Amino acid sequence: MSAQAAAVHGGGEYASTGIPNGKLGVWLFLASEIMLFATLFTTYVVLRISAPSWPRGWEELNVPLGALNTLVLITSSVTMVLAYAKAQARDKAGFYRYIGLTLALSFVFLIIKSFEYKAKFDRGHFPSTNIFFAIYFTLTGLHALHVIGGIVFNSGLALWGRRHWDHPLFAGRVECAGLYWHFVDIVWIFLFPALYLL
Amino acid sequence: MNARNHASAAHVPHVRLYLAIFGALIFLTVLTVLVSYLHLPKAPAVLIALAIASVKASLVGSFFMHLKGEKALILAVIGVTLFFAGGLLLPLYDIAGSPTRVSQPWPSEQADKTQ
Repeated sequence: MSAQAAAVHGGGEYASTGIPNGKLGVWLFLASEIMLFATLFTTYVVLRISAPSWPRGWEELNVPLGALNTLVLITSSVTMVLAYAKAQARDKAGFYRYIGLTLALSFVFLIIKSFEYKAKFDRGHFPSTNIFFAIYFTLTGLHALHVIGGIVFNSGLALWGRRHWDHPLFAGRVECAGLYWHFVDIVWIFLFPALYLL
Repeated sequence: MNARNHASAAHVPHVRLYLAIFGALIFLTVLTVLVSYLHLPKAPAVLIALAIASVKASLVGSFFMHLKGEKALILAVIGVTLFFAGGLLLPLYDIAGSPTRVSQPWPSEQADKTQ
């Protein structure tokens, strides 16, 4: 493949894999993230079935707010994939509309989460209160850090794109940002029922 | 231009498909919340919740992350990872079936207390 074709193709494609290096790198990173969250998830299961008593999620957590946040994050995944579609279609206004919506929804998620945390703290529930809240704050806190990471990356990408819209790697970077963001969505898709609904 | 056509053929933006997946994800979210309000016994509740979550995760992975039709190398990376992540659950066969699974005091601790 000529250099020009490689640039058109999204750039950075390594000949022996046929996959852009950045994209393969993100997938390897996500593989390590799967192991991280799977380990914590298994820890949760083992602690729960070994505990003398354990609350049902809805007794301690706010199911309507958790469900609302699930819808917010799923919607942000849709706006993210639409941002990628617009970046591919070279529609700059469309891209900024959808990446802006994704960022706005990310903040909505964190704001709702902070209301939930505030309610827990007001009732004297902290990570040190018991194993249930230790697990709850660890899993949702780590997930919230990932949301913040996504906000940082997506904001950086949006800023970078203003000057480098025509950069051959731009659409590929939007795809990589999307892969990460959808992963954060998938983690919440498991955390919500596991913590709130069971 | 051939390269460009090839590139976009791999990920043709299917806006209508994305919106259909969106609808399915909303439906499954509402469904899992409604099922939880039935307050089913633990075992069926866990099975149903995890099944719905797995379907949702598969939809996001297949369509939003474009794993459907993705290159074999990436599928292999994720497949191997999921295989070993699933392996983390193997000890649960022993723990879940054990009548003494609930944390018991260690014999040495009991001996300390009686002294």
